[in-house]
Order: sequence, then C-alpha cells, then structure tokens
Amino acid sequence: MTGLAAQPQAPLALPEPGKRDWSTKFTHAILLIAVFTALFPSYFMFTTSFKTNEEYRYNKIGLPQQLMLEQYGEAIFQNEFLRWMLNSATYALGSVALSTVVASLAAFAIARMQFRGKNVLLALSTSLMVIPPVVLVVPLFLFFVQLDLISTYHGTILIYAGLVTPFSIYLLVSFFRTLPTEILEAALIDGASPFGVLWRVVIPLSAPALVTLLIVNTLYVWNDLLIALLFLQDDNMRTLMVGISVFQGRYNHQVPLTMAGMVMASLPMLILYIIFQRFFISGLASGALKG
Amino acid sequence: MIRTRNAFVPYLFVAPCVALLAFIFGYPLVKIFEFSFRQIRGFTGPFVGLRNYQLILNQPTFHDAITNNAKLLLAVPIIIVISVLIAIVLFERVRGWRVYRTILFVPYILSVPIVAVVLKNIFQFNGPFNETVRALGMEFLALDWLGDPNVAIWTIMIVVIWREVGFGIVLMLSRLLGLNAETLEAAQLDGANWRQRVLYVIVPQMRGIIEFYAVVNIIGMVAAVFAYVFMVTKGGPGTSTQVMELYIFNMLTRNALPGIASAVSVMLFIAFVIMILILFFLLRRSRSRELA
Repeated sequence: MTGLAAQPQAPLALPEPGKRDWSTKFTHAILLIAVFTALFPSYFMFTTSFKTNEEYRYNKIGLPQQLMLEQYGEAIFQNEFLRWMLNSATYALGSVALSTVVASLAAFAIARMQFRGKNVLLALSTSLMVIPPVVLVVPLFLFFVQLDLISTYHGTILIYAGLVTPFSIYLLVSFFRTLPTEILEAALIDGASPFGVLWRVVIPLSAPALVTLLIVNTLYVWNDLLIALLFLQDDNMRTLMVGISVFQGRYNHQVPLTMAGMVMASLPMLILYIIFQRFFISGLASGALKG
Repeated sequence: MIRTRNAFVPYLFVAPCVALLAFIFGYPLVKIFEFSFRQIRGFTGPFVGLRNYQLILNQPTFHDAITNNAKLLLAVPIIIVISVLIAIVLFERVRGWRVYRTILFVPYILSVPIVAVVLKNIFQFNGPFNETVRALGMEFLALDWLGDPNVAIWTIMIVVIWREVGFGIVLMLSRLLGLNAETLEAAQLDGANWRQRVLYVIVPQMRGIIEFYAVVNIIGMVAAVFAYVFMVTKGGPGTSTQVMELYIFNMLTRNALPGIASAVSVMLFIAFVIMILILFFLLRRSRSRELA
C-alpha cells in the first residue's frame, strides 16, 4: 500500500485519458508483476518438464534446448496417474451425487414445508460448515477400521458426502426459497406428491445452484489430501493428490521428471478450467458469497 | 408452504440428511471428548482423566504447532491487501480485465499438492529463485528457504499466499462488479482522484466482503493448511513448520496415540468455537457502530 500513498495527486478535473500517464504506468506495473507471479510457476513446470537432468543443472529458467519427452514416458508408464485420476473422479462424483440427493430432499423440506425443529436443523447444519475435518478424523478413523471401511469406495464416498452436505443444504435452501410459490402450488393442485414437485418442478428449475454445487464440491473432494491419506491406505485406491505425494518422494532429485508428473496431474483441472472458465469463476465466487 | 396430508412427511425428507450429518459430524464431535480422557490402545482403553492434556501441554512440539498456526495468520492481511488492490485495478480502468482475471485465477485452479511441489523446487537452495537473485546481485535474498528452521514457515506462508490470492481477486472483483456505478461516477465528477475514490467510495462498500473473506482466511490458516505443510516440509526441518493439523495427523498415524490426537482435536475445536464467536461479536459490533 505504500506505493499507493506515494502516488501524486491527479488533477482535480475529470482526467482526460491521455493525462493519466503516471498512474496508468503504476497500474500496468502492478498488473505486469501480478501476471508474471501468477504464471511463472506454471511456466517453470512446463519448460522444466522437457529438459534433461543435465540441462536443468545449468539452465534452470530458460526455454529447453530440445523437447525431451522421455520423462513423460516414465511419468506415465512407471506410475499410475490414470488410475489415481479415475479414483479421484469416482470419489468426487460419487460423493457429490449422494450429497446432492440427500441435501435436495432436506433443503426442500426446510424451504417449503412446515415442521417442528426445522430452524434448529438449518442452524445446526449451517454452523457445521466451519468445522474443520481434522477434528473429526480420529473417531471416524477408528470407527472405519472397526467396520472394515478403510480403503473402500463406499466408505470414502460417505465421508466426503457428509463433509460437503452442510454447504449443499445451505446453498439449496436459499435457492429453493427464491422459487415462485405459484409454480409449486399449481403442480400440487394437479395432483403431484411433494416428492413429485421436488423431482419434476423444483430440480429442473435449480440448474444454476446445482452447477455451483457440482463445481465447489467436486473441487473440494478432488483437492483433499488429509482424508485421502488416512482413509485410503491401499495403493489401488489412492487419489491423485496422494499419488502426487508418492510421486514426489519417488523422484526426489529428478526435477524435470517431477515436473512432467506435475504437468500430467494438473491437466484434468486445467483443461476443464479452459473449457468451462465462466462456470468455474462464477460458481466458485457465488459459492463463497452465499456460503 | 406445501402442506402434506401426513405431518410425518417432512421428517421423511430430512431423515437421510440428519443420519448422514449425525454420522460424519455428530458422532466424532461427541467421541473426541470421550477419547481425550482415555488412553486408547486399539479401539478403546482405560480412563486416565486429564493425563492426555497434561502430556500435550508440556510438549514443545505442540507449542511449535500453535506458534506456527499463529504466524500463518500474518498471511491474512497480506492476502486481503493484494486481492483488493488488484481487483480494484482491474475493475476501474483496465481494458481486457476478463483476460487478466482468467490468468490470475490459474494459481487457484492448480491443486495444493501440485503448487507445493512446483514452488518447493523453485525455492530449493540451488534452485531457480536463488540462482536468479544471485545473478542479479541480491545475494541477501538467496535464503535457505526450506532448510533453515527460521525461514521455512515463511516459505510455506508465501506458497499459501501465492495460491489463495488467485481466489481473493476473483471474489473481490465479483463484489466490485455489483457495486453501484452511479456513486463512483458522482465521486469522479466531484473531482475525487483515484486514491480518494478507492479509500472513500470503493473500499467502504466492500467492507462486508472483506470481513467475510478475512474470517474465511483466519479459519483457513488455523485449520486448512495441512496439504501445504505436508507437501512442502512435512513439518520440518525439526519441528519448525509443525502445525495443529499435522500434529493430530502424526499422533494418529505415526505414533498411534488416538487418545492424545483426540485431546488436541478437542482443544482445536474449542479454540475454534471461541475464535468464531469472537469474530462474529467483533463484526456485529462494528456493524452496529456503523449504524449508530
């Protein structure tokens, strides 16, 4: 902020575009630094991944002299990136689906029906959003060991679904409350059951909220490391995030190979981001604003 | 409101959700209290009163963990100032701000472990960062970023800031885009310069979102830095980057002491509840003072 304070006062009259030179330069300098800082690690990751170990020793940040693809061969064929990604996707989609179903039912009742204890339920569920998972893991871990749920798809999906459900409920309740009552009543008069109203009227109208849930919750599960480390101990069940930590340990001093692995690991989300950029940005921002 | 013929129906709708939350949140939150008073071997063990708590409170590693979480809180104002500054710059006067937004959000799209591995390599003692500053003659910046116990926690903080700012900018910008354009134009016509517009017109209107983001980040620094620490230093060198989450994780896995891990969980949970109550109290007070 010191940079701001040092900035000279602009003329009092509405400045002409050409007269704002000084502050325009200041603005551009800030943006240039920001863009450089944001992109340099990705640049480093991509360029290094094509170098040989030999080249990396003397050429750390320059462009690679030739495109070495050998690292990619080893990163792909000696490791299980594809398996890790499929596992991560399974846990993410499974838990998001389960959480969305369970939360839609509850949110519909909370938003649109009258019953005792509904305000308490909403308040409790909302306050659970701030509980950090780390305070829950000890009893859950022991319980899962007893029930033989460690390293299973259904056990893991259950945990993740539970962890994202308070947010799902919060978002869906506030969205369901904005739907016009007339539509719901019309459906009821036509003889639909409450479940029919939810399934055939409310859900089809809730696409924006469901997209936000899909993005926010999928990223949460995809990026989680703590739960995945504890509850998935079998090599075949590993997620991508755990895979990355295994991979890092495997190739400690081979920086180009490590970077090739990181490129592989970042591709799924980067590709989705490039395609669905608008949804990512508005989904995550509105998720946070409502959350 | 939808009236159902049977008053029982709403409960059928909420039952699965209540069961799920009771299992994932309710059960553990009750059990950590019970476990914290027991010396657990396997799944249960004898009642030992406050011994777990005494053991932890006398352990230097635990003190390091608390201190480091406290140090990381310093990242909160830094993240907020950078996010707000860049968001305002983009909002106010930059052509092609959408392109900038897309680029500046990339760090947040990369998962924490990927960010950690890449930045860790950049900050190696003979890595690209140190080589560059040495070549530029700024030898004093060529620290042992990961190997020096006095520096490593700040390196982790840099990594956290680098990624989280990406989200901060997008969040602040989305609030700015909803601002009342008329007030801004009026201020500009009244001759307010950029600094005045920012300080007296824009920032006051962003107050709510800044407070909200500060709370989110404070919570994050205390209880959501596990992935960063685990991937960058695993708590080392020594215990110089130990944090609460990693402490619980190690007590549960490496040391197989669930009782102690539960006692730490209880303390973290209670500290957390107190912290959130204080934050909400402060926010409410600042609101009501504003209205008065």
